[in-house]
Amino acid sequence: MNKIRVFLWIIIILLLQILVLNNINFSQHINPYLYISFIFLFPLNKNRFIFLLAAFLYGLTLDFFSDTGGIHAASLLFVAFLRLYFIKLFFRKNNIDYLLFNLHSEAFGQVFNYVVTITIIHHFVLFSLDNFSFNNIDIVLLNTLYSTIFTLVLYFLGSYILRKKQLH
Amino acid sequence: MQQLIYFIQKYRYFLFFLLLELIAFQLIINNLSFHNSKFINSASTITGGFYNKTNSISDYFQLDTENKELLNENLILRNKLEKLSQNIDTIAVTKIFEKTKLRQRYLYFKGRIEKNQFRNNYNFLTINLGSKDSVRKEMGVINSKGILGITENVLHNYSRVRSILNKNSKINAKLKNSNYFGTLTWDGFDYNITQLLDIPRQAVLKVGDTIITGGMSSIFPEGIPIGRVDNIVNGASIKRIINIQLFNDMSSLKNIYVVKDFDKQQLMNLEKTDNE
Repeated sequence: MNKIRVFLWIIIILLLQILVLNNINFSQHINPYLYISFIFLFPLNKNRFIFLLAAFLYGLTLDFFSDTGGIHAASLLFVAFLRLYFIKLFFRKNNIDYLLFNLHSEAFGQVFNYVVTITIIHHFVLFSLDNFSFNNIDIVLLNTLYSTIFTLVLYFLGSYILRKKQLH
Repeated sequence: MQQLIYFIQKYRYFLFFLLLELIAFQLIINNLSFHNSKFINSASTITGGFYNKTNSISDYFQLDTENKELLNENLILRNKLEKLSQNIDTIAVTKIFEKTKLRQRYLYFKGRIEKNQFRNNYNFLTINLGSKDSVRKEMGVINSKGILGITENVLHNYSRVRSILNKNSKINAKLKNSNYFGTLTWDGFDYNITQLLDIPRQAVLKVGDTIITGGMSSIFPEGIPIGRVDNIVNGASIKRIINIQLFNDMSSLKNIYVVKDFDKQQLMNLEKTDNE
């Protein structure tokens, strides 16, 4: 039941990203990349092949719709690979805790650190690949900063609202 | 051998990650080069059809402005026609036309943009014309206000157009008031401003001059408007860059025409024999 709900959310976020968020273009360049919440929603598992493959395909779908070659696939895969290390680092979890791990039940401070770190890394890789040269590194950094703020505001607002609903 | 298996066992996730990442990089690099961008693009039946459906809803909100634009274009064309027919009337008295000389060189197809993109460094448009509408690779795409791009990947129902807002885009352009020509490129910053390079130093330029297509290639007919000179960087030096304010608002486009050149094959054959 829970897995189906996660799956539905992932599809909804994908559609939201393609149809709405890719077209915001706040002050010409800045877009939120909310599809990163795929990394936070996907259940932890000891076997990571499925997760890596799913992240790759998820990014690739987005690339299909936004004509970007493979930059979303590459950047999402990159943070998908790093996810486990950050979970170990920020939450101090072992293999046994994976099944019951849920972001909602963790302390907000730790969740905040985790989400911010992964978002910044993802956005930096994404914009570097989009730029694909060492020129204009200042623009890459600025884009990363603005888009990260945009994405984080949307993510935390969304998760706050949805969590409220679940409690009642 | 045992060592190797142990190594693969230990690093299996990393190796799998590396494999997928390599595939992704291959796709990125393919997408950057002009002729290889075949696999990942929004012109496929699934993605194109998806954008077609969503567009049919959002189209209703733009009907008013679209109608006004088409009316304006009709007005301009009607005035041109009036001028031409008068010219033909006066000439016909003295000269008899040979029918072969009245042959048409360019043919336009009408189409619609399914997906518009202007935010990235390498932008592409998707249009609802494909090989079934006899659209081919490397045809020009224009609308009533100016040029938009060049088709690069044509499938059965949809094709992908490389926008002029693409860092790889190079289009022949010239000044309207003289015959000096240069190359139109884009630096990736502002989607309303493109750069004109290689204009000779002796060309006299003023802010506000109109830039049109040059007609040196067989992609765009000569004289299609592009934009006006916004400012000139580096004055009269050899490295000067001319910023062009486009006539089109690239962020809101709908109706387009694809240009077919009947003489393209002939011109290409001619250039081939020149090189030998």
